[in-house]
Amino acid sequence: MRKLPSYEYIIEAKGVKKEFGFKSVLKGVDIQLKEGDFLALFGPNGAGKTTFIQILCSLMLPSSGKVCIVGFDPRSDRESLCEVIGFVSHHTFLYHNLSAFENLKFYGMMYNVQGLDEKIEKLLELVGLADFPNDQVQTFSRGMQQRLSLARAIIHDPMVLFLDEPYTGLDQLGAEDLKQILIEFRDKGKTIIMISHNLDRGLELCNRVAILKSGRVVYHEEISETKIDDFKPTYFKYTGKRPPSSQVAL
Amino acid sequence: MTKRIFEITFEIVTFLFMLAALYAIFIYAPIEKTMGIVQKIFYLHVPAAFLAFFAFFITFLASIVYLYKKDQKWDVIAYCSAEIGVLFCTIVLITGPIWAKPIWNVWWTWDPRLTTTLILWFIYLAYLMLRGVVRENQRANLSAVFGIIGFANVPITFFAIRLWRTIHPVVITAGGINISKPMKYTLLLTFCAFFLFFLSLLKNRIKLEKVKIKTENVKAVYEEKFSS
Amino acid sequence: MIFIRKLWAIVWKDLLSELRTKEMILSMCLFSFLVLIIFSFALGPGVMNLKTIVPGILWVVFIFSGLMGLGRAFGAERDRGTLPGLLLCPLSPWGIYLAKMVGTFIFTAIMEIFTLSIFIILFNLNLLPFLLPIALIIFLGTLGFSTIGTLFSAMSAATKARDTILSILVFPITIPMLIAAVKATETIMAGKTMAEVYPSLKILIAFDLIYLLLSYLTFTFIIEE
Repeated sequence: MRKLPSYEYIIEAKGVKKEFGFKSVLKGVDIQLKEGDFLALFGPNGAGKTTFIQILCSLMLPSSGKVCIVGFDPRSDRESLCEVIGFVSHHTFLYHNLSAFENLKFYGMMYNVQGLDEKIEKLLELVGLADFPNDQVQTFSRGMQQRLSLARAIIHDPMVLFLDEPYTGLDQLGAEDLKQILIEFRDKGKTIIMISHNLDRGLELCNRVAILKSGRVVYHEEISETKIDDFKPTYFKYTGKRPPSSQVAL
Repeated sequence: MTKRIFEITFEIVTFLFMLAALYAIFIYAPIEKTMGIVQKIFYLHVPAAFLAFFAFFITFLASIVYLYKKDQKWDVIAYCSAEIGVLFCTIVLITGPIWAKPIWNVWWTWDPRLTTTLILWFIYLAYLMLRGVVRENQRANLSAVFGIIGFANVPITFFAIRLWRTIHPVVITAGGINISKPMKYTLLLTFCAFFLFFLSLLKNRIKLEKVKIKTENVKAVYEEKFSS
Repeated sequence: MIFIRKLWAIVWKDLLSELRTKEMILSMCLFSFLVLIIFSFALGPGVMNLKTIVPGILWVVFIFSGLMGLGRAFGAERDRGTLPGLLLCPLSPWGIYLAKMVGTFIFTAIMEIFTLSIFIILFNLNLLPFLLPIALIIFLGTLGFSTIGTLFSAMSAATKARDTILSILVFPITIPMLIAAVKATETIMAGKTMAEVYPSLKILIAFDLIYLLLSYLTFTFIIEE
């Protein structure tokens, strides 16, 4: 693997703006994260959270502004950047008529993962799908697909993990599994940004909180051992909306 | 202010040239010996053909510059030029048969230049259609790529058609007009008139498009302010 | 090389996916068979003995059936939402394009082999003495078609009326390739020497090279948002 460039912040966004034709979705976002941070990103619908995270993942280019992830600029070092990040979205990026094993094999080959077959076995074990390696993904439930998608995102041991509403469609068991995996990830020193509509889930594991509203960061603080009740009024104050219910979406 | 004066002068000059060209075509230029009065369509057909290609060349260049600089104004230039190019191309394709029918008794000849123009017409019609169906955020990018691909097709098409005609020899050949001096001058004058006309059309079309864009912009800002 | 391995991964995935359903390849082959039959009925049984018409019909069938398979290259990825998954992988956009182009080429070639076989059977053609040259022409023509087709498939995948705009984009651009391929096929089937095929070959090769180069230069812009 290539030698990583030096960086002060593992994730740095400065003045990131994004316009789609005449609509301005991001109006100048500034965020800096150090290695090992776990950022929970909240905000009302349409605030630009998904757009922002897609820009960080190099799936989209910003209209203006600077983005620097693990020292790489998505414009010039896109391939190197892709090797060190993983993305879990509410879209699974899985191929429905291929099996779980084949899906992971495909992505493993794309990321040039060594010792692929053993790695796949271990991953399937980790996400609780070890009993279904050869079943086609279209036979999986939504929760199982989401778990496989997580395996897909970490198959290459990324340094940074981006999650966009990862708990969507997970049942209680799946949600607990995901939480465990994220705890392991965090404890290994990886950096994580997670978008969640669910304040509960978001606040369980994070050490920083940010609120995005109408394309701007309106709140960004370090947070420790927070309780959801302490944060609720803050959220309400900054977004002018009542926070979404804390029930896990099924 | 001076810009406005220059614009108006330009329009007037164009108008005068067109008037002069009309006079030259119908009164000054002699009637051709073998073909008769229908030959005069040649004064429209030839400049239109040249300008169609020229317009598409502008689209080609503007597309390249757009991909390089990502400044929207180049996309506007490419689009407007393509539209006017299709217009002139249509003129070529209509005047061609009008000329051919009385003289050779066929509506269409597979003349290599006419055929290449036909294909070019299809390509840039496709360009315009593409702009119609693509979402806004990708429209400029995709049109620019197609603008480049379409024009790059021209030389290959020309050689391919030459090859094709060796398998389908055409009985009729275009050309064979005796050109006298007055005709040459008329052609030159008409050429200049149409060239100025083309520039005028292009300039005004670009202005119109820019106003359209500005209006959309204002609408979007207005909607956003009054919805949140 | 790692690059080749990644290309192979995408081609493997597409082949595997298609093998599961066989949907596209079956429709392409059935369609080409039907079009051949329709041509026979429309033109009369004796006409197929006219050597001049056979190459033209063959290539028209190739192109119409090939068009059916073009949408698949990027259309399926867009529909299933897996395109971002591909873009997240450490592979340049042109790498993705090349892999998809190879996939398109393979599927189109399978359809063409099938079509050619039916052609030979239905019309009692004897192509054995010309098999190698004809294979070369079909290879070059299909390469050009796949190059352009994959490019436009990527473009049209994001639009409404995807298949319509795909046809409108593909037809004018492939005319030079069509002319050269038909002329070359006809020359070969008439038993002429390779030297006489050379002008057509030149055009085919030029076509392939130019559009491969253009795709390399422009594909990033097609994919980016």
